[in-house]
Amino acid sequence: MHHKTRIALTAIGILGLSMAAQAHAQGSESEDGEKYITLASTTSTENSGLFDAIIPQFTDKTGIEVRVVAVGTGQAFEIARRGDADSLLVHDTAGEERFVEEGYGTERANVMYNDFVIIGPGGDPAGIADAETVAEALQLIAEAEAPFASRGDDSGTNRAELRLWEAAGVEPGGEWYRELGSGMGPTLNTAAGMDAYVMSDRATWVAFENPQNLELLFEGDEALFNQYGSLLISEERHPHLKHDLAEQWHQWLLSAEGQQAIGDFTVNGQQLFFPNAE
Amino acid sequence: MASDAGAFATALDLILGLDPDLLGIVALSLRVSLTAVAIATLVGLPLGAALALWRFPGHGAVVVALNALMGLPPVVAGLCVYLLLSRAGPLGELGLLFTPTAMVVAQVVLVLPIIAALARQQVEELHHEYREQLTSLGLSRLRMIPTLLWDARLGLVTVVLAGFGRASAEVGAVMIVGGNIDGVTRVMTTAIVLETSKGDLPLALGLGIVLLGLVALVNAGAYLVGETSRRRLG
Repeated sequence: MHHKTRIALTAIGILGLSMAAQAHAQGSESEDGEKYITLASTTSTENSGLFDAIIPQFTDKTGIEVRVVAVGTGQAFEIARRGDADSLLVHDTAGEERFVEEGYGTERANVMYNDFVIIGPGGDPAGIADAETVAEALQLIAEAEAPFASRGDDSGTNRAELRLWEAAGVEPGGEWYRELGSGMGPTLNTAAGMDAYVMSDRATWVAFENPQNLELLFEGDEALFNQYGSLLISEERHPHLKHDLAEQWHQWLLSAEGQQAIGDFTVNGQQLFFPNAE
Repeated sequence: MASDAGAFATALDLILGLDPDLLGIVALSLRVSLTAVAIATLVGLPLGAALALWRFPGHGAVVVALNALMGLPPVVAGLCVYLLLSRAGPLGELGLLFTPTAMVVAQVVLVLPIIAALARQQVEELHHEYREQLTSLGLSRLRMIPTLLWDARLGLVTVVLAGFGRASAEVGAVMIVGGNIDGVTRVMTTAIVLETSKGDLPLALGLGIVLLGLVALVNAGAYLVGETSRRRLG
């Protein structure tokens, strides 16, 4: 029996080790064979399908693979601060400028914009569809104490939303204001479930497939402008990053070719991002 | 809701269509979870058996800690491994963050306590039963470990399957340390989260059904092995 035991244990051991080795080999396969960068970006760019449309064009041209980690803007900054991403593409201009001032980033450039829209239940209980400005729309929601679903996750959209409440002179709070602490998609899912108003970036909204009773109720105010910026990360702070490859990605986004690729991307026939690199 | 009925159709389409993207995701899921379970089994079974056989000061505290770790939230395990493997962390030099290897590490952290704690309990019971025989054979405790593990093997299969269930079902840890990168670290559970956030509920649920089917297949395999050896033992 002992003999058998030892054989069995050895067999299990070899199996386990070979599987671990194989997992490691396959995992690092492209690290040896291909060039790639890790890009920390936002859920709105990933969920809308923009990256699926533009990254292959960049990869075809340069042979550089772009691995996207799509998280909220707050988390994307944190990943980059810790030196875990080679480049950043986010939408919080104030935060991006601070990132550069603090010495984590060396360069920031406008890449594209889209806009935020206010979504709400089809019946529009707060009557925001006729509002003149987004400030008025938010005031109407607060007065009606109609349910409003907020991201509440320190993302670019969340930060923009809080600035808009402040500009409207409303301090959101109380039963009707619900901080979900989730990404844009989950927040739309929840808002659909509880017939709440919600602010979304247009790209995620247009590509979203579970609107149920929700409709686009308010759009077009300049205050809803949503700027995306690309950032390069400080070589001084994080010398191990692939700065050369990240620079190529950054320059391609700003080039005529990259800008064209962004402008050509549509969902259901709608253009979702408007290139505006200088 | 239309999505409920659509999910099964979507699942069927996914399976029959043999979509290469899906196959890649399925293969990575299995590779990561099976590797994690294999490593956790190699470490956890002897560890559990040793805890069952040796008594030392603080033994009770170790057992309680191990049992408590069975309830470790995946997202906490993921966060700890993230901080460990991040460039700013102690093992950052290895550059393992956002790779399948990082996902394996996180899942080992989750699965190891389950396998070790449950193995300890099984071996302890068996040891009580056979203590006198084993002692009369003059076996040292170190020698008893493989003997007891072998005798407990039928029960231990269930223990390992419990670990596999945990590994294949969790999403919190692999999401943080893997980053859900398309084609690199996207597995079944993170793909389900992504499709849910896009509002494509039928596809998300379809993927869920495929995952459930895979787990069922692995369990069926383990069941067959168990039954065969049981019959052979008479």
